[in-house]
Amino acid sequence: MTPQIALPILIPLLAGAVSLLFWRSRSMQRFIAVAGTAGLLLTSLWLLATVHRDGIQVMHMGGWTAPFGISLVADLLGAIMVVLTGIIGFAVALFSLATVGRGHEAYGYFPLMHLLLAGVAGAFLTGDIFNLYVWFEVMLVASFALLILGSEKAQMEGAIKYVTLNLVSSVTFLVAVGLLYGMVGTLNMADIARRLATLQDDGMVDVLAMMFMVAFGIKAAAFPLFFWLPASYHTPPVAVSALFAGLLTKVGVYALYRVFTLIFHHSPGYTHEILLWGAGFTMLSGVLGAAAQFEFRRILSFHIVSQIGYMILGLALFTPLAIIGGVFYIIHHIIVKTNLFLVSGIVHRLRGTYQLASLGGFYRSHPGLAVLFLIPALSLAGMPPLSGFFAKFIVIRAGIEAEAYGVTFIALLVGLLTLYSMIKIWAEVFWKAAPEEEPDVVPAVEPRAMWLMSASVAGLALCTLFIGLNAGPIYALAEASAGQLLAPERYIEAVLGSGAEFGTVGEDTP
Amino acid sequence: MEPLLAVAIGILFAAAVYMMLRRSIVKLVIGLMLLSNAANLLIFATAGLVRGAPPLVPEGLSAPAGPVADPLPQALVLTAIVIAFGVLSFAVVLVRRAWEIVGADDLDKMRDTDT
Repeated sequence: MTPQIALPILIPLLAGAVSLLFWRSRSMQRFIAVAGTAGLLLTSLWLLATVHRDGIQVMHMGGWTAPFGISLVADLLGAIMVVLTGIIGFAVALFSLATVGRGHEAYGYFPLMHLLLAGVAGAFLTGDIFNLYVWFEVMLVASFALLILGSEKAQMEGAIKYVTLNLVSSVTFLVAVGLLYGMVGTLNMADIARRLATLQDDGMVDVLAMMFMVAFGIKAAAFPLFFWLPASYHTPPVAVSALFAGLLTKVGVYALYRVFTLIFHHSPGYTHEILLWGAGFTMLSGVLGAAAQFEFRRILSFHIVSQIGYMILGLALFTPLAIIGGVFYIIHHIIVKTNLFLVSGIVHRLRGTYQLASLGGFYRSHPGLAVLFLIPALSLAGMPPLSGFFAKFIVIRAGIEAEAYGVTFIALLVGLLTLYSMIKIWAEVFWKAAPEEEPDVVPAVEPRAMWLMSASVAGLALCTLFIGLNAGPIYALAEASAGQLLAPERYIEAVLGSGAEFGTVGEDTP
Repeated sequence: MEPLLAVAIGILFAAAVYMMLRRSIVKLVIGLMLLSNAANLLIFATAGLVRGAPPLVPEGLSAPAGPVADPLPQALVLTAIVIAFGVLSFAVVLVRRAWEIVGADDLDKMRDTDT
């Protein structure tokens, strides 16, 4: 009996339901937001500790054994992702207390946030491919509603693109699941992997692999399917942007990692070659898009795209070192990217704009904030000794060892251009003198709100420093998780039994 | 029966893509509806069509005698229909709000967020 597998899903669901009951009580909803996300963070750490100690954990829902029932499976990658969800959820909940207006709270901001976290955690922990689709939809519906909270013109325009492309992605995923079921007659991912290995019809398997790649590629914002992201991520309230930036695309990346290491790993010469090209173009197009932008959040949105390229590169190279690099990159990126969005939120709260041209002088007026920006910004660009340096270093080293020189060169070049973008923000927002013309009148920030915003930003910056300064233990964790990903038979054995040396099978679960 | 269903699903997909490529957001939503229905039908068809053999276990046996229809895809379709219903009703409301706020139903006029 291992309740910690289900708790990271149940706690946000329950927190969402309870805060719906307190629809009119603003203070109660705010309290539940902090308590619920703190609970998520604590149980996810418990889960990671259990998985790290005892190997892959499996829970069969309703006592139906695999492959007949729905299994929750927590391997190291899934547990790491859930911990990151907890960290981001907690930081964004704190930040939301200070920045989300009464109007947004009255329309259910906090219940939707909990629902989104439940969907994300569910996607990371499920071992059933149709259940993965359901969690994707839970996450998407919550994100749709969060995206249009406030009903501004830009939000509507962004939301139409976001909703359409994500629905197309979901339908592609659904069709692929249906066809896969038609071929192998099972939905349990471990069982699918086992049966596909014995199947002779390679052509159809490759077609299905491509359908999954397109579906998850849209979710992960990979080239050439990323256009919904820069069109929509800069429109909602900034806490929502930060939550999306940290978690949503990474669910797509996680699904790619899961499917292309567990199920479709038999013809890497075909599928992973396409992923490699996609990774290169994703990095390049994202960073070039960012170079052309002069709006704080739009620059950051395009950088999400380019960073996704590095993670997919790790998967595409498909060597042990590359997978380690990819996992390390995901850990680093989720924290850093949310942090940068939160910094942009503080800047917006103080000056009322995201346009770089109308900002300036922050180094003189808020030197502490300048330092808090520099830590994630330099980490994103890959400066030692911050977390981004080690993440990029491992991925690029894997690229050189795999003799993929072209894409490695792109990765190095993109690192340089990322630094250019971050220096642009630094020079425009922090370094140059504040512009002459009087900015829009912004209500003064209460000290308590400022303290909350700074606390969540500083906490994430500390996480970045921690990863950078403890790269050894984090590398060991990523290595162990890559070891599990590259040995899918361990996952299959943990889920389907046949020797209980890996993982406890909770057959007596209620 | 399967080839006929396959052709029907193909026509539905084609119609959905055609509608989604139009500039009007109302037609875009109609396209999305057709798309999700085409996907539902496709899942239904993947199990193979079996006539008049419900998956019932006769009294006294532990497994049904003879070949029966696969009930799982039907459960999947049911779930997918419910989810698609929720998401599409959101899309319909979104389109209406977008029309109210932007004042146009032409996707070519919604370029503020693209530059």
